[in-house]
Amino acid sequence: MSWLPEDVSTFGGEIDRLFYIIYYITGAAFILVTVLMVLFLVLYRHREGRRATYTHGNTALEITWTVIPAIVFVSLSFMSVSTWGKIKAHAPPADVQVQVTAKQFNWEIVYPGPDGKFGTEDDLQVDNDLHVPVNKVVHVILKARDVIHSFFLPNLRLKQDAVPGRDILVWFEAVKPGKYELPCAELCGFGHSGMRGWLYVHSPEEYAKWVQETWPQK
Amino acid sequence: MSDSVTAQAHAVPAHHEELGFWRTYVFSTDHKMIGRQFLFLGLFMLIIGGLLAMMMRWQLAWPETEIPLMSWVPEPYMYGGILPPPTYNAFFTMHATIMIFFVVMPIMVGCFGNFLIPLMIGTRDMAFPRLNMLSFWVGLMSGLVMLSSFFVPGGPAASGWTAYAPLSAQAAFTGVNWGQHLWIISLILLGISSLMGSINYITTIVNMRAPGMTYFRMPLVIWSLFITAILLLLALPVLTAALAMLLFDRMFGTSFFLPAGGGEPLLWQHLFWFFGHPEVYVLVLPAMGVTSDILSTFSRKPIFGYHAMAFSMIAIAFLSWVVWGHHMFISGMNPLLGTAFMMSTMVIAIPSAIKTFNWLGTLWGGSIRFTSPMLFALGFVSNFLIGGLSGIFMASTPVDIFIHDTYYIVAHFHYVVAGIIFALFAAIYYWFPKMFGRTMNEALGKTHFVLTYTFFNLTFFPMHILGVGGHMRRIYNPTQYDFLQPLQGINVFITMSALLLGLSQLPFIVNFIGSLITGKKAERNPWQANTLEWTAPSPPPHGNYDAIPVVYRGPYEYSSPEVKEDWLPQNRQLGTEATAARAH
Ligand code: HEM
Ligand SMILES: [Cu+2]
Ligand SMILES: [Cu+2]
Repeated sequence: MSWLPEDVSTFGGEIDRLFYIIYYITGAAFILVTVLMVLFLVLYRHREGRRATYTHGNTALEITWTVIPAIVFVSLSFMSVSTWGKIKAHAPPADVQVQVTAKQFNWEIVYPGPDGKFGTEDDLQVDNDLHVPVNKVVHVILKARDVIHSFFLPNLRLKQDAVPGRDILVWFEAVKPGKYELPCAELCGFGHSGMRGWLYVHSPEEYAKWVQETWPQK
Repeated sequence: MSDSVTAQAHAVPAHHEELGFWRTYVFSTDHKMIGRQFLFLGLFMLIIGGLLAMMMRWQLAWPETEIPLMSWVPEPYMYGGILPPPTYNAFFTMHATIMIFFVVMPIMVGCFGNFLIPLMIGTRDMAFPRLNMLSFWVGLMSGLVMLSSFFVPGGPAASGWTAYAPLSAQAAFTGVNWGQHLWIISLILLGISSLMGSINYITTIVNMRAPGMTYFRMPLVIWSLFITAILLLLALPVLTAALAMLLFDRMFGTSFFLPAGGGEPLLWQHLFWFFGHPEVYVLVLPAMGVTSDILSTFSRKPIFGYHAMAFSMIAIAFLSWVVWGHHMFISGMNPLLGTAFMMSTMVIAIPSAIKTFNWLGTLWGGSIRFTSPMLFALGFVSNFLIGGLSGIFMASTPVDIFIHDTYYIVAHFHYVVAGIIFALFAAIYYWFPKMFGRTMNEALGKTHFVLTYTFFNLTFFPMHILGVGGHMRRIYNPTQYDFLQPLQGINVFITMSALLLGLSQLPFIVNFIGSLITGKKAERNPWQANTLEWTAPSPPPHGNYDAIPVVYRGPYEYSSPEVKEDWLPQNRQLGTEATAARAH
């Protein structure tokens, strides 16, 4: 099964691993229940002369099929917690910072410029093109101007709603240079479909060159 | 209180004086007529909701091409049969709203709740018949208000059935003004209608059960409607309050949800999902109840683990108040809350697992009759299995980061919510003889099942694959995205299956209308079932029973060794000889 898009982030592997664990567990449950169901439907179809078994249940069996799913579900929760904490709660220190403001129907991307500070003269603002270096921790400060949008990078397994009135910090570290799509994933109006940008992940040299060429110079 | 209500109900004479046409068919206070009215309302809305879905699917497979037969729709709603983006958004908003609030709720809760509760607990009518009538008429008004929004300038609401603020809170954001107002007003009306219904259901079940009908002798479908009514009673006021706030934001410039005025967009989501998650159980519990009853009847076997079935519904009634945050993992809510909601969501999956296993246990050792209702009930179980398992993926917070707001979610909720349609059909095929006094055609019923089951799965299963590929939900044109290009073939496949799924409903329409007019006259108990409704005539007269039945046992005594036949009605008194046999 390789329906998942290529993963180029540092934490994407953990998400995919959880996905596959759940996939195998639920797949097994699905096969078990379906096979039993089909089997019962065939074995116990109505035939003249045979009477159905008269039973109201079986406590031991019922306890078993309550406890086993309970254990599985609780274990899945615990497995999920550490990955969730890593992605959400413990962002590593930033190498690069950008501000992304979502608005109907564009991503407004602001780079801090050579002084490294936002809200100063040398900020660079462009629509929809997000340039970052490879193997560096990128912090994105996510804002929204009008309605809720959602910052979605399928290849980085990253999605975060951008909510008006809030600054939300998300981070990622891309491990492979390339050009990746950045769609909006939350309904934001009639132009929602087609609201997208691009993430350019550059090698260090390319990134330096891009900074050189596009950022305002000191 | 309990005594006086019961006494009053029992005092109603079994055979009424003739009521005129209006009092019998239109302004009826008879729970069975009100049930039928809800059924026709729901089936009519199902056609509209279904046609909207077909048009959306056309757009997704062959974007911006002319939809057959639709070139008559005026601009700007369509351009020569081509759907523009604002209309697409309006369509998915109305599709979901109609299916949830005007198809599944009116049929599963309104129709079967009304029809079955008095008949199955053994009473003559609802506790408050006039309130019941009012509940239908307010419900109908709500439906008309919702449909009228198709005809106002700007078209109907286009902010999704979830109506996330600020998108829904200011006309400028969607370009829809009156359509969204009417959507809000309609749902407030529907809330009032359901509130009246649920008060009625709860009162009737608590106070008016026939002698001997203890709580744990009630059929599971009654249990499910009881819990549903309680959930509705507690959840709807929250939605109504949120809708009122939204209407105030839109009409009077308050800023409950608008940050510019000091409001909080996430407040809407918390309120909406605090209602919304119990709501999904409102939709699914009656389907589970119906399925339990039908599986038991046609396996000719007691339901496996009756008490576990009832208690798992009671557990759901409590747990469904503490899981709403699983819709908001990536909304910007505190990540610690995300963890808490993941835990509670994993816990609420346990009762669903229990129910599935108990259904399997019911089949085990049965003597299974593959009638149309049975086939549809089995279809529900099979769909619910897939929908329940896909829920586990989304419950895991890290996995949900990726699949939230993709077609994976669309697949999940169609397996559970659209899967309810299987229970809905099962219920119609099962109770049609009682409701209309005529029998439906089995061959057409089975054809309907085979086609529906096949194309349902061919339509919705591939949506999981789209979702895993990252395909966002609620997008107008997937071909606008480079990374979705390889998935477009799946979209075409889904659309063709969906169109065939739509066509597969023709045997049902023919069967339903044909049987109403020319169906064979039904006996009292065509399925040889145990519950009380089958002891009344088909269809039952005003007042239901000649004499109020007395209940001696639970509803699922099939193949009991106490009797020769393989069924043993709840109200059949066994002779002393059988009682003695039981003592051994
Ligand atoms: C087995 C237990 C279930 C689990 C673990 C589960 C889990 C979830 C989760 C986590 C979500 C949110 C996903 C997201 O938006 O990212 C969700 C969405 C949804 N679920 Fe379930 N679910 C379960 C059963 C059900 C049932 C029984 C129903 C309805 C009858 C249902 C109906 C829905 C609907 C309608 C949505 C989507 C709402 C929307 O965003 O429009 N689910 N489910
Ligand atoms: Cu957007
Ligand atoms: Cu939920």
